[in-house]
Amino acid sequence: MTDDEFAAYQSLSEETGDHRWAFGTGFTDPLEGIDASVPDSVDAAALAAYCLMLGDDALVYSHRLQQWMTRMPELEEETALANIALDLLGQARMLLARAGLAEGALADGNGRQEDQLAFFRDEHEFRNVRLVEAPDADFAELAGRLLIFSAWRLALFGRLAESADPVLAAIAAKGVKELTYHRDYAAQWVIRLGDGTSLSHGKMQAALGTIWPLVEELFETDPVTAALPGVAADPAGLRGDVDAVLETVLAAATLDRPGAAPMARVAGKSGRDGVHTEAFGYLLAELQSVARAHPDATW
Amino acid sequence: MEEPQVRSGWPLYEVFLRAKRGLNHVHVGSLHAADSQMALHHARDLYTRRNEGISIWVVAARDITASSPDEKDPFFAPSGDKVYRHPTFYEIPDDVPHM
Repeated sequence: MTDDEFAAYQSLSEETGDHRWAFGTGFTDPLEGIDASVPDSVDAAALAAYCLMLGDDALVYSHRLQQWMTRMPELEEETALANIALDLLGQARMLLARAGLAEGALADGNGRQEDQLAFFRDEHEFRNVRLVEAPDADFAELAGRLLIFSAWRLALFGRLAESADPVLAAIAAKGVKELTYHRDYAAQWVIRLGDGTSLSHGKMQAALGTIWPLVEELFETDPVTAALPGVAADPAGLRGDVDAVLETVLAAATLDRPGAAPMARVAGKSGRDGVHTEAFGYLLAELQSVARAHPDATW
Repeated sequence: MEEPQVRSGWPLYEVFLRAKRGLNHVHVGSLHAADSQMALHHARDLYTRRNEGISIWVVAARDITASSPDEKDPFFAPSGDKVYRHPTFYEIPDDVPHM
């Protein structure tokens, strides 16, 4: 082995600290060493609720993506999707930790830990959009949903990188690089399938039709966002950016933009209000069962 | 529109990584992909997960021409006894790295 080869081999095989692996317990606080105080101008209760919303989006979608593990069509794709799911889990950890710290900054506040927020809240306490909780019926739905989700979240995080809450801004700035890759990955597959064989084209078009009713909710303004001017980004303002991306990708993929009507709200409520679809209960049961059966277990 | 061909499996690509500026690309492994763009994505996902590289090359394995093990002797043995071809007769300055 030459020195060059040895250096590459070493960097490939080098042992890294346990904290970089995604199993077991005893993780360090994802926001360790960061000044966690909430700026005076920011409503801490609203900030906690806002971080919870965005954290829940990532947590729930990460879990859905993890359910694809061992089911992907190729080993290489499986690794790619695992990377994406892990990126989102990382975003969820930081956002839930931020939500807990913001809760702690309230006058009567005892902030919850990220694990408490992830594993010990019930269905109606989750604030994720309904797009992320629906299972993917096939690979085309996976690609389509990931494209829409990451294009939307990238537009959102791009704005949040300028947020008046410095911690939220830092989390968003880190997420932008990850989401840019997720969007590229998904766009590549939507184009491949859409502009592929007549069979793959048909499946991709059908998948978009299935997902489309859940897209409108992404752009609805909610009271939490409205209470955080300068900190949060208005979802309605993201539509132009997301539409431009989708238009480009759909055109390259020779796909039509679906015309499906948005999924109805339930008594005026949707995901951001804690009202979810039937599939969410099953997902949450799987996500939380181990932590609830063995509270405070370590391994 | 001409219907694209359906293949039973994806072809093999070889992956070369450069760890940092000033080093060479080094072969790190292989993967399957439908085309070279996808191979580049896969290489990023499989071989740079732990920050190993700043540059990736992918080459279709079928485009690599390799020497044959049967020709090992005529190819390589004649250089074995020609010690004067090794640049070992001068000192390499300390500040020349990677030699």
